[in-house]
Amino acid sequence: MNELQDLYREVILDHNRRPRNFGELEDPDRIVEGVNPLCGDRMTLYVKLDGDTVQDIRFKGTGCAISVASSSLMTEKVKGASLQESLKLFEKVHDMLTAADYDDSADLEDLDKLAALSGVREYPSRVKCASLSWHALKSALTSVDDKISTE
Amino acid sequence: MASRLEPRATATELITDIPSLRADFPILHQEVHGKPLIYLDSAASSQRSQAVLDAILHHEQHDHANVHRGVHALSQRSTEAYEGARETIRAYINAASSAEIIFTRGTTESINLVATSLGQLQLNPGDEVLVTGMEHHSNLVPWQMICERTGARVIPAPITRAGELDRAEFTARLSKRTKIVALTHVSNALGTINPVQELIAEAHEAGALVLIDGAQAAPHLKIDVQALDCDFYALSGHKMFGPTGAGILYGKRTLLDAMPPYQGGGEMILTVSFEEATFNTLPHKFEAGTPNISGVIGLATAFDYLSAIDFDALARHEHDLLEYATSELLELPGVRIIGTAAQKASVLSFLFDNIHAHDLGTIVDREGVAIRTGHHCAMPVMDFFGVPATARASFALYNNRDDVDGLIRGLRVALEMFS
Repeated sequence: MNELQDLYREVILDHNRRPRNFGELEDPDRIVEGVNPLCGDRMTLYVKLDGDTVQDIRFKGTGCAISVASSSLMTEKVKGASLQESLKLFEKVHDMLTAADYDDSADLEDLDKLAALSGVREYPSRVKCASLSWHALKSALTSVDDKISTE
Repeated sequence: MASRLEPRATATELITDIPSLRADFPILHQEVHGKPLIYLDSAASSQRSQAVLDAILHHEQHDHANVHRGVHALSQRSTEAYEGARETIRAYINAASSAEIIFTRGTTESINLVATSLGQLQLNPGDEVLVTGMEHHSNLVPWQMICERTGARVIPAPITRAGELDRAEFTARLSKRTKIVALTHVSNALGTINPVQELIAEAHEAGALVLIDGAQAAPHLKIDVQALDCDFYALSGHKMFGPTGAGILYGKRTLLDAMPPYQGGGEMILTVSFEEATFNTLPHKFEAGTPNISGVIGLATAFDYLSAIDFDALARHEHDLLEYATSELLELPGVRIIGTAAQKASVLSFLFDNIHAHDLGTIVDREGVAIRTGHHCAMPVMDFFGVPATARASFALYNNRDDVDGLIRGLRVALEMFS
């Protein structure tokens, strides 16, 4: 039970219940669709840029609590951030979710509420749920692709 | 336990005490996350009895050599066990000849074999392959692929909100253009048992050949291919308490004889020169390469295991579990059951308002309960019901009411967490 509460922390349950920045964006500069074929998660990310800054960002779709909360927390964090800061954040979250030798003391302060996602690394089958929106973000900011998949 | 290894002919009485069978499955007796394992994912892959594990190990430790090739003792023992397995399975499914039993990796390979080989023989532009709206991807994608190559079309017969085949719509879609009907005996995502005998007769009247996907039927229902009069029947060992990577394709001999080989290689030839090859007779024509010998032997042992069981008693046991699980589940707030057919195997797909199936799966796993979550390789079914995924509890002969109680306990933890 304690381990489960480490995955489903209050912040995650809250962002799943009331996702922030949920919905479409009028006149976005970038739209990226992300799918996780294994669980059927689908999300669309809308990004409005102002020069080098993420002026606005919203998402919609269906997914599990981890995926929805991760998307919601992400939009909250990168809204108003520079492209460079956002991509750096992607790397940090990616490390937090997957790096074998990750030291959680290093980035916790920077990551702020996103640190709530650190419990996911103990659940390998759920890492893709948490990282889907972040891969969509990276794609949106680097204009690689307008469709991404976790598989 | 030894008595269950004996073939049907020498068994004096069929086993009616279904709950006693649980003791035969060693994997079930363990803890997961500190809780007793409750395995409710047999529709994805079932567990093996000690008898099956022993048969595989015995072959590997004493008899293994390649089949149909050597003159030495081990090769002969291996060949006898392998061909003996074919005869065991022929008798179980009541095929007319052991030449009609083709060993494959499983249902998926069996269907690909028929789609590719029969398809290139039978399908022309404008022809149709009729499937149902509840097929597993493995009984849909191979037909899409061969239709792409031949100019034929895949036509889906829709299902109802209960998850049953819409019989009128099925009939309406049968025509002179229908060359092949490919349908599942039991739906993996919904549990629906199709009235395959009637559907086969109807398809035959329309002049179509029929393939039955029996992957989910084999662990629950007796199979008699001559009584069904199906043209092809595909099943997987690992869904019916046998090993992975071993399954069969049953096909009527006249059809298999007329069909070109699926794969080329050793075993499936009579003579080979640089100019041409002549092909071996059935069933070897369709078994290119060294087969999964110990897997096939384990598979035959799984058939032996099932043939010692009274299937009426098994049906009562599984029906009781399904009814009990369904009524207990419906006590929980916000639950929705997907698949409410009148005739159902012990497969229960469900979801809750505001809790994604994936979260349910993770939470009940921590309670020791293994269920499947996702689209169950049946995305068209998920689309039809407008859900991205469901949670699925599937019950096999080794499950009991305690397992249902454990599932409900786990789901209550999830409900509390997400309340």
